[in-house]
Formats: sequence, structure tokens, C-alpha cells
Amino acid sequence: MRVLNSFKRDYTLHLMLVPALLLVLIFSYYPMFGFVIAFEKFVAHKGFFHSQWIGFDNFRYIFKMPDFWPAFRNTAIIAILKIVGNLIVPIVIALLLNEVRQTFIKRGVQILVYLPHFLSWVILAGILKDILSPSGGIVNELISALGFKPIFFLGDNHWFRFTLIASDVWKEFGFNTIVYTAALTSINPSLYEAAVVDGASRWKQTLYITLPGIVPIIILLATISLGNVLNAGFDQVFNLYSPVTYSTGDILDTLVYRVGIVSAQYSVSTAIGLFKSIISFVLICASYGLAYRLANYRIF
Amino acid sequence: MIKSSLSRRTFLVCNLVFLTGLSLLCVLPILNVLAVSFSSAGAAAAGEVRFWPVDFNVKAYEVVMKEGKFFGALGMSAERLLLGTLINMVLCVLTAYPLSKDSRRFPLRTAYAWIFVFTILFNGGLIPWYLAVKQTHLLDTVWALILPGAVNVFNIILMLNFFRGLPKELEESSLIDGAGHLKTLFLIFLPISLPSLATVTLFTMVGHWNSWFDGLMLMKSPERYPLATYLQSIEIDLSTLRQLNLTDPDTARVVSNRTGRAAQIFMTALPILIVYPFLQKYFVSGLVMGSVKE
Repeated sequence: MRVLNSFKRDYTLHLMLVPALLLVLIFSYYPMFGFVIAFEKFVAHKGFFHSQWIGFDNFRYIFKMPDFWPAFRNTAIIAILKIVGNLIVPIVIALLLNEVRQTFIKRGVQILVYLPHFLSWVILAGILKDILSPSGGIVNELISALGFKPIFFLGDNHWFRFTLIASDVWKEFGFNTIVYTAALTSINPSLYEAAVVDGASRWKQTLYITLPGIVPIIILLATISLGNVLNAGFDQVFNLYSPVTYSTGDILDTLVYRVGIVSAQYSVSTAIGLFKSIISFVLICASYGLAYRLANYRIF
Repeated sequence: MIKSSLSRRTFLVCNLVFLTGLSLLCVLPILNVLAVSFSSAGAAAAGEVRFWPVDFNVKAYEVVMKEGKFFGALGMSAERLLLGTLINMVLCVLTAYPLSKDSRRFPLRTAYAWIFVFTILFNGGLIPWYLAVKQTHLLDTVWALILPGAVNVFNIILMLNFFRGLPKELEESSLIDGAGHLKTLFLIFLPISLPSLATVTLFTMVGHWNSWFDGLMLMKSPERYPLATYLQSIEIDLSTLRQLNLTDPDTARVVSNRTGRAAQIFMTALPILIVYPFLQKYFVSGLVMGSVKE
């Protein structure tokens, strides 16, 4: 009877998973096996598994491509600087926000700084192109008014990476403070009371109570972000770059798009994508492994 | 409260000024583009527009609205938003519920969970994904924008962690009373998960509204682009637009590309700005709750 009951119970549970499993099978696992075309001279009508096998020729080709290594370098530089910025800025802002005692000011600031996170890069790229324009854009009007030369943020290779990183941090810093704010509220208030009795100043309290209180979450987020070292942000770069800024702004994901979709070199594009996927996979696994070791973090 | 020292008060004032400036930095760019969209082409080109329209007019919006493509794209976006969010959410709770079970009760739970988690660790890349969707013959239909992304593993994890935080007794008593798993999920679990559900629903809606790349890849005919993709397709190349502007002085007198584009950007952002107050009411609590684990 118990066996029958448990089978009946499991039966519904299994059934509930069927729709999602089917979709994942079709749209995630089937394409996953499509990586084999990186080793083929792919012909569309022959399909993933029946095109001519050419081994590592596509990889030899991409490693000699003039665009490949610069894109790889750009990807790593942009992604790493974004990770650093997106880690440090929110901590500072969360700590400053924590010092504000008036609730309505705190709420007001939070409402405004969370906003850019919810706008897509298509919208934000439109906004950035407008305000950063060297002819009539408000930022350059301001720069001119201060007596400097206008800067072509999106068309000058000296500035393009900076613009990418700064605008990404601008978009995400507010949203990223949420985690820290939550961690800050969970610090035991009696620690502060004890520190006040001992005569610790606010600065000392921040240094010896607040910061240590959020160090675990900082370590956790830093570790997990390791997996993003090759994710420089396709949406952002794709909507902001132009041939002029390819040399500093072209990343692996945009290269995959141009080679695959614009030039229709399916196999070469997939080889570049696979190269990135494998490195990313190793990094993500390492980061989750580390997060598990350091912070006992589990995904589910 | 201990009387604060001079340095403390100075710090607090500076802090407030800094944070206010920072908040303004997050909205002023949006306000500037809004002001440009309501300004005349000449004023915009001369860089006279700050955060208030110069020579107020709504011509840019008229031009955008007269363009039939805009409403077509809006309709496509609405369709994918409604259908897509519904399907996403049904799949999300249906999948999160079994996965939230203890592995002693549901032994295959961990294996199933890994099947889903693996899809966020590794993917075949752009081209194989595109070719796979193409083989389903969904290209150019609204289903191409809905089904490939219908299983959102991050949302499922958020939801399943929330379900795991619910008291075990709830489920046990419901099952003892003879309710099946489906009844337990829809009549017991969901009503008490409203904040988390609201968060995930709003995030899903924003996701559907904002996604543009799938439209670009999977819609063969530009008339079927959703709004985000349509906006992306018209703003992609700044230089060609500017050349267009120079060679066609007639259009430039009424509405320039710049004010027209500003109007379009703002109209695309408007739905997000409207739901944003509701969104931010829920997402903080919903996110924090979802991250609580045993």
C-alpha cells in the first residue's frame, strides 16, 4: 500500500516536470549537440550530424583570424573591469545608504537608482547615443561649457571601453546594492550598541562591525562573478559599437554574431562560440565549486 | 541618541548631497531624452535642451504614430508579453514545485534539477540554437519569441527556494486531507507565495518587453518585429541616420531624426516606467525571500 501510494505521489510530480523537460530538450539540449558543426564543413541541408567532418580545421582557422585575439582580449578586459566596478561601487553606495536615517530619503534614492536596471540596452543605448553625441548631446555641451574639447565617447577608441564599463556600472549599481542592503539589515544591532558603549566612533563601527558583517556575501558574489570573465555584455556592446570602435570594443559574442549571421560562416562562428563556451563552463564550475567551499553556497 | 559631533553632521550632509546627486544621475539622462522628444528639431540640434522641452511640440510623436510599423510592433510585443508571461509562469510553478521536494521523498529530484541547471552552465552557441529553432518551423511566428525561452531556470530556482522555505506541515496536512500534488500547489502553495509570484511575474513581463535579440534572429519579416527589436533596428546605425538627416532638409525642419528617435525611445520605455512603481514595491522583498535557504 505504501509503495503504491508513493508511486502515485511521484507520478504526478514526474508529470508536472514533463512540459519543461520537453522544452529544455528541444531548445537547450538539441542545440547543445549542435556544437559538432564546429568540427564540420557544415552544409545546412545535411543537418548537424551528416556534414563533412574536418576535425580541428575551423579552430586552426579562427586562431589565425585577425579579429579573434583582439576580440578575446577586449572581452576579458571589459568583463573583468565590469566585474570589479559592479562589485565595489554597490558596496560603497550600500554603506553610504546605510548611514541615512530618514526613511523617505532612503526610499527615494533607492527608487531612482534601481530604475536603469529595468530598461533594456536598446533603450539605454538610444539614450546614451543621444546624450553622449559630440554634436548637441547634453554631456558634451557640459564638457564644452567647462572649457574642454568635446569627447566622442562612442566613436573614440581611447574612450569606448571606459564608456562601456561606466555605463554598465551606472545601469546596475543600484540594483546590485539590494543584496548588500539586505545583508546590512541582518547584522545584529546589539553589536553596535556594545561598540557605542566601548566608545567606538561611527567610522570604527563601520570598519569593525558593518564591513566584516558583509564580507561573506562579498566573497560569495566575487567568487560567482568569476564565471562571467568572458561575458562582456553582448546586448550593450552590440547596440553601442560601430566599425570605428571594433579595435577596442569588439567582443567574442559580437564576433560570433558577425561571422555567423552577417557572413553566414556557420561552422567558424560556432567554433568561436564553442571556444568561449568551454572556457566559461570551466570558469563557472570552478566558481561554484569555490563558492561551495568558501561560503557553503549551493545553487538549489 | 547621543549628540552628534560636527564631523559627523558634516559627513551626513555630504552623504545626502552625494546620494541625491547619484539618484539624479540615474534619471536625468532619461529626462533629457524626454525633453528632446518634445522639443523642436532646431533647439535639439543646437544643444539648447536640458531637462525641459524647448519650443514644446508633439510633432515627433505624431510622426512616429503615423508610421504604421510602430503599432504593428506594439501589437507583437503585447501578444508575446501576455502569452509568454502566462506560459512562463505556469511552467515556472509546475517545475519549481516537484524540484522543491526533499530528495528522500522524491529521489529523482536532484537528477532532474541538474538537467535544468546544466542548461545555464553550457550552451551550444548562437548558430546551433538558431538552426534548432529553425527546424521547429516556428520562425516568424509569435511562438518563436515564447517557446525557446519559456523555461527560465533562474526564475525556477528562485521559486523553488521560496517553496522550500514554506513549512513542511502545510504540504503534509494537505496531502493527508486527500488533496493531490496539483491541488496542493494551486490551492495551498500559490496563495501564500503571492509576493514571490508577483516578483517573478513582473520580472518575466519586463524580460519579454525588453528582449529584442530573439526578434532580430527569429523574425524573418521586419513587419513582425516586436517593439524592442523595431527600436533596435532603427537606431542601430547612428551615422546613416545622420546622413539621412543632412540630405533631407524637408524632414529636418519639422522633426529631426534625433527628436523622432527620442520619442520612440521614450514610448518604448513608457510601459516599464508605468509598471516600475509596482515592480519595485515587490522585487526587493520577493528577491530576498527567494534567496532564503534552509
